[in-house]
Amino acid sequence: MTNLMILPIVLPLIASALVAFFPNKLNIVRPVSMILSVIFTIISAYLTWYVFSNGTIVMQSGGWDAPFGISIVADPLSMLLVTTTYIVSTAAVFYAPSSLDEQQERFYFYTFFFLLVSGVAGAFMTGDLFNLFVFFEVLLIASYGLIILGNGKVQLRESLKYVLFNLFSSMLFVISVAFIYAITGTVNFAQLAERIESVDQQGILTTVGIVLFFVFAVKAAVFPLYYWLPNSYAVPNPVVSALFGALLTKVGIYSIMRVFTLIFVHDTGITHQIFLWLAVLTMVFGVIGALSTNNVKLIITYNIIPAIGFILMGIGLYTETSLAGSVYYLMHDMVIKGALFFLIGALVVAAGTSDLRKMSGVIQKFPLLGWLFFIASLVLAGIPPFSGFIGKLLLLQGGLQQEEFLVVIIALLSSLLILFSMMRIFIRGFWGEVQEGITTNRKKVRNLTIPAAILVSISVFLGIGAEAVYPHIETIANMLMDRTEYIDSVLKE
Amino acid sequence: MEIIMTVLASILFAIGVYNLLQKQLLRIVVGTVLVSHGAHLYLLTMSKLKRGAPPVLEDGVTQYADPLPQALILTAIVISFGVTSFLLVLAYRTYTLNKTDNMEELRGNEHD
Repeated sequence: MTNLMILPIVLPLIASALVAFFPNKLNIVRPVSMILSVIFTIISAYLTWYVFSNGTIVMQSGGWDAPFGISIVADPLSMLLVTTTYIVSTAAVFYAPSSLDEQQERFYFYTFFFLLVSGVAGAFMTGDLFNLFVFFEVLLIASYGLIILGNGKVQLRESLKYVLFNLFSSMLFVISVAFIYAITGTVNFAQLAERIESVDQQGILTTVGIVLFFVFAVKAAVFPLYYWLPNSYAVPNPVVSALFGALLTKVGIYSIMRVFTLIFVHDTGITHQIFLWLAVLTMVFGVIGALSTNNVKLIITYNIIPAIGFILMGIGLYTETSLAGSVYYLMHDMVIKGALFFLIGALVVAAGTSDLRKMSGVIQKFPLLGWLFFIASLVLAGIPPFSGFIGKLLLLQGGLQQEEFLVVIIALLSSLLILFSMMRIFIRGFWGEVQEGITTNRKKVRNLTIPAAILVSISVFLGIGAEAVYPHIETIANMLMDRTEYIDSVLKE
Repeated sequence: MEIIMTVLASILFAIGVYNLLQKQLLRIVVGTVLVSHGAHLYLLTMSKLKRGAPPVLEDGVTQYADPLPQALILTAIVISFGVTSFLLVLAYRTYTLNKTDNMEELRGNEHD
């Protein structure tokens, strides 16, 4: 069983190589990718269930024991996120054929797609700082391949900025790994966590921690470093935007969560306090961005940013309740961001434009799309009983316990504004007279709506079935606060 | 020796950042290359530079070299090589399609 834990990383890697052989035979590649994605989702769901019932499983690659070899750690948090990744990506595979044109699919969409999933799963599961860098690069290189699909003028321009930004932050990552190795003599998460207390100069460690935070903050789009995100995520095809919005930024925030609950916890007065204020600023600026534009794609893209703020807020508060809220919100946001990008893609196809001022009355022609978008907006804003509410409730509870009232108030206000920005699309785009130029290709819109419907229903379940989900989230939060369990399971004799 | 290497890495880093802040696309690409070279040198320097000792993990051996940074730097070099070559092609395509290599003109606006 131990060795099977590598499957979520290796299977998509094999699949990506497999589909790379037949780029032009779309009628083979499409169904094969769909079937493989479903099978992978089932396998990873089974592994997740196994980890939840039997505790953390650690795979030491190459038979080299923990501090020397690379550990693949399948703990409940990683496995939960891996399964969520697979669910979102499966929906994306079903969405892709209707969304991309055939030439884009032929340019190795499915290869890059599986490579991206492999990189994301690896980043979630690795127990080694340098290996995290490698998996970051795997998913980034796959994302470079995806972001330029279509080869448009604007797209290339924005991709260039995306690539440059990520390249620079990757190099900062290498440098901070070098610093950490110089200070502690290890890059293994568990051993780092063990050694961090015995380091003489705690101040240097805090500095290095913040450099590392900067690296992850670039990927996660935290406040001062988010300006590359909106344009570069809005220009590619909706299915690519959905994968990026649902998975890539979440890998960044997951890394912050892992590193700053496991390793750099020696000086929470400085680091975690900074996170809290950055989280507040992230929420505020993200929401302002979402309200500032009439491009529906940009509105959704800007809405990624306040979600990152909410998750970071839970990490900054650093209590068991708030971390549970962060984990819940992370999982919820992966699903609902995927769904929203799918719906917006369908809306743009249906209305024939992405300018909010030019569209109206879409709901009269496409009622299912309209109502799904309405529900998804409520889920995103956190209206009870949907899943956003549970996550936000836990976060706000954590905030009140720590008596950070200002943070709580701003968080509440920004969720109200998120709802407003979504309702703006609903009222202007879906209500009113039927506009001219609305598409007659009902089949395409229907094909685009179905994968989104699946994701929306999953996220409704996460809210209504919170009774069933919450105990597991609580276990994860317990494990995040109590570092010994992770350390013991990796470094066991 | 470590001091010299660190200074060298810092110089590379400074020149790299200077180039990154230029407007011409090719200079920016050269900047990323220099920054990554600086990062790799840091990685190598951080575990102390030693020569002429094998990487042995055995009791009683006192003189040994640390193999880990070499492994790390090799991986990092390969990755940055791949990304740089991709970046060059991307920069060239962007230049041919947009008909400019000036970042100032590649800024763009909301609705195009």
